[in-house]
Amino acid sequence: MKASTSRSTIKLEVTRYRPSVDSEPHDQSYEIPCTDDMVVLDALNYIKDRVDGTLSFRWSCHMGVCGSCGVMVNGQPKLSCAIFLRDYKREPIHIEPLTNFPIIRDLVTDITDFMTKLKAVKPWIIRKKEKPLSEGEYRQSAEELERYHQFSGCINCMLCYSACPVYGLHPGFLGPAAAALAYRYNLDSRDQGNDERQPAIASQEGIWECTFVGECTVVCPKDVDPAAALQRSKVATAQSLLGSFILPRASGKSATEGSS
Amino acid sequence: MRATWWLRNPRYFLFMVREFSSVFVAAFLVLFLLQIRGLRAGAEVYQEYLERLHEPGWIAFHAVAFLFAMYHSLTWFDLTSKIQVVRLGRTVVNRRIVAGLNILAWLVVSGGIFLYWTRG
Repeated sequence: MKASTSRSTIKLEVTRYRPSVDSEPHDQSYEIPCTDDMVVLDALNYIKDRVDGTLSFRWSCHMGVCGSCGVMVNGQPKLSCAIFLRDYKREPIHIEPLTNFPIIRDLVTDITDFMTKLKAVKPWIIRKKEKPLSEGEYRQSAEELERYHQFSGCINCMLCYSACPVYGLHPGFLGPAAAALAYRYNLDSRDQGNDERQPAIASQEGIWECTFVGECTVVCPKDVDPAAALQRSKVATAQSLLGSFILPRASGKSATEGSS
Repeated sequence: MRATWWLRNPRYFLFMVREFSSVFVAAFLVLFLLQIRGLRAGAEVYQEYLERLHEPGWIAFHAVAFLFAMYHSLTWFDLTSKIQVVRLGRTVVNRRIVAGLNILAWLVVSGGIFLYWTRG
């Protein structure tokens, strides 16, 4: 059972940065009414609607699906729609933009780098040759679905990039979410795009940059486990490389899930 | 990113401890290679080397290296179980069981080597 609080107001410290006015980001304090059922996003919306209309932040669905409302709450990357104010005992609660991304304004970050990397791994089903509609759909068994299902839950919220010190230190790193999605499609029995994804995955700044800190998996709100996907991609890539030495003419789906 | 990034989160800190443990594992292996070289150099040199290992400083180093090696090994088996998917038919075996069996196999093999070594 979740903790309950009897407090009627709550103090927040929110990062503000308006490039036309501020030379650098700074904190601004707010004290707003609080109820037990309020999440951090509710507090931000209260400020925006009733206290300070200039506060900027991203959000859309308010139900942990769209992945737009990621912020740092007391130093941890969280979906602001999925984290209750009542769970924070100490005040003020610090709300900052996601780390490792440039700030555009207030809590809004520039996600161009992530979008570029996401596109690079081609996170969609690739067929070498599409079969005609008259031949029906591409069928898949429950076992084949189960192999990649966990990794398909990614909502592109970028909390994993914010938690990843490797991405913070080496911004060229492909990163957890893009790697996990690449792995998800490589595992899909309907997909034939492994070779097209390999240049992005197996490059110098691809999966081999990952040092397995594992924090991406800890912060993932959808239990995708990007750290496991990255390590299993390393195994699959190494197996593929070894296979190309032993059987250079052999082809086929090279992604495995590290099974034994 | 600040150079102290690994101090802001306990999991980052444990990651760095694990990375740092490699230094002690590597140092122990260098000493082991020197021991083999001493063995090749003759009984007198080897005996001198063994006597040096009885000095308090070297005993302390080996105790610390042992603790780091244990930490490195146990975390390695734990991480390996995240990568290695073991299936029994349609069921995926719980990764804790995989890690536990790996650690058990490691202890059995280590115990076997230890017994072989001590009983001559």
